[in-house]
Amino acid sequence: MNDPLIIAGRVFASRLIVGTGKYSSFSVMQEAHLASGADMVTVAVRRVNISDRSKESLLDYIDTDRIALLPNTAGCYTADDAVRTARLGREAGLSNWVKLEVIGDEKTLFPDNEELLVATRILVKEGFIVLPYTTDDPVVCRKLEDAGAAAVMPLGAPIGSGLGIQNANNIRIIKEAARVPIILDAGVGTASDATIAMELGADGVLMNTAIAEAKDPIAMAEAMKLAVQAGRLAYLAGRMGKKMYASASSPLAGIIR
Amino acid sequence: MTIILNGDPVEVAGPLTVTALLTHLGVDPRRVAVEHNLTVIKRALYDSTQIADGDQVEIVNFVGGGSHT
Repeated sequence: MNDPLIIAGRVFASRLIVGTGKYSSFSVMQEAHLASGADMVTVAVRRVNISDRSKESLLDYIDTDRIALLPNTAGCYTADDAVRTARLGREAGLSNWVKLEVIGDEKTLFPDNEELLVATRILVKEGFIVLPYTTDDPVVCRKLEDAGAAAVMPLGAPIGSGLGIQNANNIRIIKEAARVPIILDAGVGTASDATIAMELGADGVLMNTAIAEAKDPIAMAEAMKLAVQAGRLAYLAGRMGKKMYASASSPLAGIIR
Repeated sequence: MTIILNGDPVEVAGPLTVTALLTHLGVDPRRVAVEHNLTVIKRALYDSTQIADGDQVEIVNFVGGGSHT
């Protein structure tokens, strides 16, 4: 099925975006990326370890000809820090895309939407393609879209919690109002969660921990690929209406008596 | 001279260019981004940007991460 995800005019074959953290090794990550079919992965921006240069580079394990890099501002708590990190990420990756995160609370990792809006406006003005991670609040999502976000990424549940989508109705409302792609970011724990996100109308799903912390990350990556495809197909197909009582699916005529 | 490199004071012979600093540290310039006194330096300007005593330099690269890692 040719049904690409298009963000800011760029075409992605896969509607699954994956992370690069928490894997047991770079080679497991690389195999999981391949199994997921994702053609965009998110990466964090951190200080180079000056005293130990022996460590392998993450980029040795990402085929950047095939997979787009989405630098993120994970770990930033203010708009200033996020903007600074985004600028460094642009220079390191030679791409003006950014998954914008401004965290407001250490325990829940919920975003600080006020700072997020400020950072979004600044970075859009500087020519960035901004994909902000936010709460599942339809009003905030609309404000981010109005601020120039290329896609909006509401959470399904707290980052790394694996709780699944906590407020399905909000995701549906956000999608209904949106004029930019809606990517469900955070909260997916297993394949059915990804399917539900897509059935609700999300244009894509971003996940890290659900794959990286599975017992078999490579198998889970494939499960997620299929789950996203199944959910998307079901959304496009249009589900049947829910009814209170049974409705026989075999003809009633010709029953032997 | 002393510069503040990734938050820590470091002794280097200087003044020197960004290119010279990266060479001295053994860092591949194609894989990093450099911030000099809070301004990101474009790669094309590594040769011409001078680092002086007391300057603040950040050298970053990409590491594994999904969200808040």
